[in-house]
This record gives sequence, C-alpha cells and structure tokens, in this order.
Amino acid sequence: MNAEGGPPHACDDCLRRAWLIGSLVGYIEKVVSTAPGQRAQELLAFSDEDLVDAIAGRRGKTFLERARKRDPNRLREAIAGARAWACCRHDPCYPKGIRDLGDPPAALFGRGDADLLAALDPGSLVTIVGSRRPSGYGRELASALGRDLGSAGLVVVSGMAMGIDSCAHQGALEASAVTVAVLGTGVDLPYPPRCARLYEEIVERGLVISELPPGTQAYRWTFPARNRIMAALGAMTVVVEARERSGSLITSTMAQELGRDVGAVPGRVGSSPAAGTNGLLRDGGHLIRDAQDVLDSMVGVGANGARPRPVPRGRALDAELSRVLDLVESGLGSADALARSSGLEPGPLAAALVRLELSGYLRSDSAGRYERTALAAPDQ
Amino acid sequence: MFAIARTFALVGVAAEPVHVEVDIGSGLPSFTIVGLPDAAVRESRERVRSALVNSGFKFPQQRITANLAPADLPKAGPGFDLAIATALLVSTDQLPQTVLDRYALAGELALDGQIRPVPGALAMAEATRGWGLAGVAVAPEDATHAALVQGLDVMPIRHLNEMRLLAEGAVEPHPPSSPPTGDEELPDLGDLRGHPVLRRCLEIAAAGAHSLLLIGPPGGGKTLALQRLPSLLPPLSCEEVIEVTRIAGVCGENGGPRLRRPFRSPHHTISGRALVGGGAPPRPGEVTRAHRGVLLLDELGEFRRDALEALRVPLEEGAVTVTRTSGAVSLPCRFMLVAASNPCPCGHGPDSGECDCHPTAVSRYMAKLSGALADRIDITLTVDPPPAEELSDAEAEGSGAVRERVIRARRAQERRLGPGRTNAEMTPAETRRHCEIDRASRQTLEAGHRQLGLSARGWDRCLRLARTIADLAGEERIAEPHVAEAIEKRRRGQS
Repeated sequence: MNAEGGPPHACDDCLRRAWLIGSLVGYIEKVVSTAPGQRAQELLAFSDEDLVDAIAGRRGKTFLERARKRDPNRLREAIAGARAWACCRHDPCYPKGIRDLGDPPAALFGRGDADLLAALDPGSLVTIVGSRRPSGYGRELASALGRDLGSAGLVVVSGMAMGIDSCAHQGALEASAVTVAVLGTGVDLPYPPRCARLYEEIVERGLVISELPPGTQAYRWTFPARNRIMAALGAMTVVVEARERSGSLITSTMAQELGRDVGAVPGRVGSSPAAGTNGLLRDGGHLIRDAQDVLDSMVGVGANGARPRPVPRGRALDAELSRVLDLVESGLGSADALARSSGLEPGPLAAALVRLELSGYLRSDSAGRYERTALAAPDQ
Repeated sequence: MFAIARTFALVGVAAEPVHVEVDIGSGLPSFTIVGLPDAAVRESRERVRSALVNSGFKFPQQRITANLAPADLPKAGPGFDLAIATALLVSTDQLPQTVLDRYALAGELALDGQIRPVPGALAMAEATRGWGLAGVAVAPEDATHAALVQGLDVMPIRHLNEMRLLAEGAVEPHPPSSPPTGDEELPDLGDLRGHPVLRRCLEIAAAGAHSLLLIGPPGGGKTLALQRLPSLLPPLSCEEVIEVTRIAGVCGENGGPRLRRPFRSPHHTISGRALVGGGAPPRPGEVTRAHRGVLLLDELGEFRRDALEALRVPLEEGAVTVTRTSGAVSLPCRFMLVAASNPCPCGHGPDSGECDCHPTAVSRYMAKLSGALADRIDITLTVDPPPAEELSDAEAEGSGAVRERVIRARRAQERRLGPGRTNAEMTPAETRRHCEIDRASRQTLEAGHRQLGLSARGWDRCLRLARTIADLAGEERIAEPHVAEAIEKRRRGQS
C-alpha cells in the first residue's frame, strides 16, 4: 500500500482485472448490444469468473486462465509507454467519490499531473454534462459555468465529448482551473479525435482518466460506463441542455442514485435541445442559472466563491445601431425579421449587424441568427 | 481532275480549317477517304454517292481519293459530306470552280440530297472571315446561327442541287441576324414574397456575377429564388451572343441565336468530367455550356466530391484546359456559380433542435459544402421559410426594376475593367487598383478577419464584394458600410 502523497500505485490483482476488462471490450459490446448502459453496468459488477461466464460461456475458462497468467509488469510498461499512470482502489489516491459505486473500477488510468489526483477534494468536484449538439445558448452557458466554477476554486469534471462537455472543459481552462476529463476509451486516445487539441490542454493542466487500459478503443457501452464514473466523481452533477433520452440523463440518474445533487439549466419550453433538462427540473432537480446557483447548493447559500464579475460595457452606439440592438434583444433573430421590423433596407441592416457583432454586442450562430451577448450598452 | 473545298473540324469550341482535296484518277472504280476520318466520316462515301445520284448528278466510275488535310487532325462526324460532294462535282466539271473559291461548306447529306445541319456552323462562320473567303454555304437551320457573323455571305442551301444555283449566283444570302432584343418570359422575382435579405443577395450576386450559396431547410424558397436569377441578369452583348450561340451549336443545339444567358442546372449525380468537360476528342462540359451565364448546383451537399473539386480551377481561371496527346484544348467557362443546399442530411439544420442527424454526418455534410468550394463562394446565406404574414404581402418588386440597377452596376464595372468583365473576375492586381478603401473600412475589415475568422483569400473577395455593393449604390469610392455589408454576406461559409 502506498503512503499518502506518493505517486499513484496499482497492485497486480487490480491491474489484471482492468486488463481482463480491456481485453473483453469487444465481447462485452456483443453481449450488451440491446441495452448498452444498464447491462454493461451489471456485467462490470460481476466477479472475474461470472463476467467471463456471462460473455463467453464455455470458452470463458480459457479467457480467465490467460488473464491469470498475464504479467502485470507488461501492462505497467504499456502504461509508462503511454506516459500515463495507474491507480487502484487500494491506493489512497483513488478518488473517494468513485468508491461509492457498487462496481468501482479496480484501477483508474490517468494522464496529467498525478499529484493533482491526490489533491482532489471530493467536495469540490462538480460534473457538467450535456448535449453533443447544443444550441449557441447552451455552449455559452456551459463555458460560463466552467469558467466561473473554475475561478471559484471548483474542479470541473466532464466527458470531453463534443458540445457541452468540451465547452465546460474549455471554460475551466480559461479560468486556469483544474479540470478532469473522464474518457470512454483508453486514456491515451483523444476521443472524439476532433477534441485532440483540448485533450492535450487538459493533459497539460488537468487530468484525463479512464477505467480502460491505454489503447482501448471506443465501444458503445464504454460511454454509459464512463458516465457512472463522472456521476460518482462529482459532488454535484449539472446538466446543460439534454434532449429527451439523452446520454447526459444517464449520468444524472446515476448521480441521483448515488445520492448526489443534480442540477439542470432551464431552456425554452418546447425546444427539443432542452426537453431533457426541463424534465429534470420538473422532477425536482436544482435550477441552475449561473455558477452562484451551483455554489449555493454545493457549499451552502451565501458562499462567495464566484466573484460577481462586473458587467462589461461596450462602446457607445448611435441611434440606428441601438434600435437594431433593441430589436435583437426583443427576440428577433433572423435578418429577415429584423429588416421587416426595423424598416431598414437589407443593405444598411447587414452593415449594422456586422458593426454590432464586431463591437461584441451580438453573436450569430451557424444558421445566421443573431443573439444578444452579455455585453451591456454604455449608459446614455 | 483535282479540286479543293474548304470546311472545318471542331477543336473544343473553335473551328479549325480543313481542306477537302478530291482527286479523280484512272483505275478501277473506288472511293477512298484519308486523313484520320472516324467511322461517320468514312460512311460519308455512301451518303455522297446516293445524294449525287438522287440530285441528278453523275457519280464518276473512276478511282476517287478524298484527303482531309491537315492529315494529323482527327475528323469526326458527318459534317464533311457537303464539302466532299462539292469537291467531287467540281473535279468532274459538274460545277464551276467559283463555288469552291467563294464559300466554305459544311453540312450533312441525306440520301436524297437534302442538307442537314451540323454542330458548330457559327464557329466555322467566325473562322471563315480569317480564311479570305466571301461566305459560307450551310443548311438553312445553320444559316440563322452563322448569320450572326457580320460581313460574311451566309448561303442557306436546302438541297445538293441548289449548289448549281449557288454557282450561278441565284441564291440569296441569309439576312444578317442581329440579336433581337425581345424578352422571352422568364420567371419573375415578383413571385418571391418576403425574403428581403435573400432578394438583396440575389441583386448583389447578379450585379457583380458573384457566386452564391443558399443554405436552408426544404421548402424555404431557395430553388424558387435561384430560378429567378436569370431575369435579373443583363442581356448578352453581340459578341457574347456569338460566343454563347457557338458553344450551344458545338454541343449540337440548333435553333437560332442564344439571346439569353445560359442557365445550366445539372443533376447532382453528374461526374466531374461531364461537369468540366473532357473526353477524346474534348467535349465541352456543363461549365462551358454555362459560359457567360449561370451554373446552378441544386442540392450541393449531394454532389460527388470529386466533381466539386474539379470545379475549382474553372472557377478560378475562367477556362478549362483539356490536354490530350493530340494537343491542349482550352474551353471558355466564365460562369456565375450559384448553389443551394440543405444544412444537414435531414434538412432541418443542426441548430434547429429538430435535427436527427449524427454530428459526424452533419460535419461530413458541411465539409462538403465548405471544403472544396468555401473560399470560392462570395455570398453565403441561410434561407428560412418566411412567416405567413410576409407571404400575403403586397406585390413584391419585380425583376425589371432590379435588373435596371444591375445593368447600371455592370456598366460601371465594364468602364473600369473592359467589356464583359465583372467584379467577381478581378485579378489581384485589379482588385488592388479598383478597390481602394479608407481607414474606417480597413479597420472594419481587419476586425472582421480577426474576430469572425475570414480567411486570407477572403480578404480580396470581401473587397470585390464591397466594390459591387458600392457600384449598386452608384458610388465611385468604397465606403465603410459597403465593406461591413460585404463581411456580413461573406462570412457564413467560413464556419
């Protein structure tokens, strides 16, 4: 056993168990194809014997024998080769939250500064999850939450998926805070590949962890399985935009089952990217508007971790620009609607919109709709 | 016993002179055609023999050799029939030499001696002026085409026996066709209700021949709008009518001069070669057939990737060069590219909240829209279905008024760049010379690049677009609002 403060350590038995699961990922995928989330969790809770029996039947014996013969030092070499480290459940560094799971992974693999793992305070971890296809509003909120919670000293945990997850990580990194990415692949594989740059940044300044040995590819079941780690890791789970039957809701359900607080950011009624989160709120989730709401429920009302930022103010606007700005604020997003209501010709209107966007008052999404930013107009 | 007739072979969309030399010698009766003829040219022997006999001429029972010079240029098609037959008649003294001295000949013979039209008669007529001949003799259908060329006697010949009349000077030349100004009915912009921004984009695109991409869910009016684009474009000038008609003629479309700018809308299954042209001998593709007009790619996201990649060079150069062992052929293709696409495979758009597409599928689809062509598209616009109250709006402005403004803007461009040139085709040097901007405009443009991520290539495109917007406003100098609007039009394709 490892002394407090030392480098993370994994014992032979735990490494063998992790290796066994790593070598069976493809078989598990076949067995759990119908309900990847639930069934995989049941399987992962099995002992080695029951696991191989459940997925390979008679051939299971050979799997087991082979697994028992494996030399854990070879896995240790592979881990070192991937510039990663491993930490088993017998190590004091092993995050306490994850021990609450019925089936805590035998070993966690990680990349990034291992000292950060030992220093993680279970009470300061907040999990932010959400849609992979969020709206511009969702993106904005996720990065603001990541940034403000990070600067309040909390550690943002997420899954590095596209969309909300990436935004939350990004926000935390902007605030120079520690952030933890839990992957559904081996810890040395940036997944999705598009997030490779984010991955490098997190490795540099935070932690990337996974229960799967380095080199393990992504399967459908590995993502719900990693969701349980995220749910267990965070003292609170916040969902920013989730559709109905979204994977993010799996995380929040697991968090509830573990007795963790669950919060959700409200969205427009009837908007499908927010159907899941609005449902969570109806079912009694905490309503989250900003980082302060998270702090209130995690630390207690009045905790002033999140310094209220001064509302930024932009440069002065002439009458025409402020009229257009008012119209956008009143909810008109498309240039066509603005052209009709403002009475401006499309040409000058387009010029006005670009000026407002360049001075930071507006932002536009890929579909060309305009939204108001947080930047306030200067007092007249 | 020897005669030479002048005719032509098509190389790309231009006519190369071909001399048909016919020699009648003693020996066993035979008829040989040499000079790289293809099967259709070789079968000419049978058509010529029957046509001569059925027109009341005598077919010589001697050894006949016809040589098509230059001997290394491949000859294709039945268009040499008339020249071979006439040279044969002159060499057997059935027609006087003057016919061959005065006219270039082109036409396919029917077995009864009727003369049928051939592709490229206008190309030949243009080339004939350089050959020192007085005119051309062609089928009446071709004559309407060929008569577009000024200062040339275009003789319509219906039947081989009219060659006698031609020799006697009893055939009236076809009156020179001047491009009529009459308007055909085109779909009118007045049908497009609502959509103020889209109308503005169409106007700018038409004014500067800028490429335009409309992205939006099905039923939003994208195709409806793009089909109304031809009605906004200025009429073709005389030279352009000839160019366009020549290309149409080469592609086998007869039917009088082309007065309208071509509007080509190939299906999305088209191959790269059919789009840009090629094959042996090189044939014009859709881009060349859209020369001086509009190429519409509807459902851009469904087009084959290699086809879209192949569009890049034609877009940039205004010509396609097809290289074959027999030499390189340049096909003109100065067209305006317009395209429409759904925002994602399901059509709803990834930001709509109704989209069921997998994010990877969406990004693959978007990559197709942005990858190959992004930087070559000047204006990108998202089109949503207009709200119901706009559909019942009072009559929208029709094409006529918009076209007036477009024509005025084009005139300013021609004064600056030369006849037929547009802002969209300005070279980097021309862009520098004609798109000077003041400090305020420069700051806006720089901010646009920094904050909105316009690419380096996008800088010049923005300037050209701003030039067109200024031209529409009747301004000689580009001002800051023009630049700001150009950024707004240009930026969407970037993300």
